[in-house]
Amino acid sequence: MDIRVQGSPFDAGAELNAFTNKAQGAGAIVSFSGIVRDTAAGDLEKMVIEHYPGMTERAITTIAEEAQGRWNLADVLVIHRFGELSANDPIMMVATASRHRKAAFEAAEFLMDFLKSRAPFWKKEITGKDAVWVESKDHDEDALKRW
Amino acid sequence: MIEVMYFAWVRERIGIPRETVETNAKTVAELVEELRAREERYDVAFSDLSALRVAIDQDLTEFSASLEGAREVAFFPPMTGG
Repeated sequence: MDIRVQGSPFDAGAELNAFTNKAQGAGAIVSFSGIVRDTAAGDLEKMVIEHYPGMTERAITTIAEEAQGRWNLADVLVIHRFGELSANDPIMMVATASRHRKAAFEAAEFLMDFLKSRAPFWKKEITGKDAVWVESKDHDEDALKRW
Repeated sequence: MIEVMYFAWVRERIGIPRETVETNAKTVAELVEELRAREERYDVAFSDLSALRVAIDQDLTEFSASLEGAREVAFFPPMTGG
């Protein structure tokens, strides 16, 4: 299991290759990358991601351990950035490795659903006009119920 | 003494990221009432608890939770990671 919370950028392709090479015999690897979305008006100057150092690592580790146990994963990778990002920058990625694809897909979705509303990150969108905290959505909380 | 931390718009509204609070509050809800009575900026930040989440010693919990043994209490809006 590899959990990283970092300010610096990462190369999702290189990370996926390294993860794949490490997960010998896994049979199935699923990855998801979250990218900074521009505003509808296309005027995003930057996105600032705040987090709660200490709790962030702890919350993600708890979620990843649950996924690993529940789907018997060979390996799990979670990388999540904080600090200032620009439109189209990778924010985060998860990758899961398992014997068969269903477990890898389900575990990746589980991880994403829980990271969205249980890992202490807060996004703020800065445009030329204003600075707005991104609000959580009811469906993010609802998404947890299926697990 | 409890270390109280604020994140995102809660931090902005209260104006500081953290402070050490001398309190006899038994629960998070009691601590919130003490803070609200201090100054308007706290009162405003805590006016709608349904818009807030709380963690004790880095674990999410409820406002009714006991503060017994707590070292660190953090208040923040619902999380928006991923």
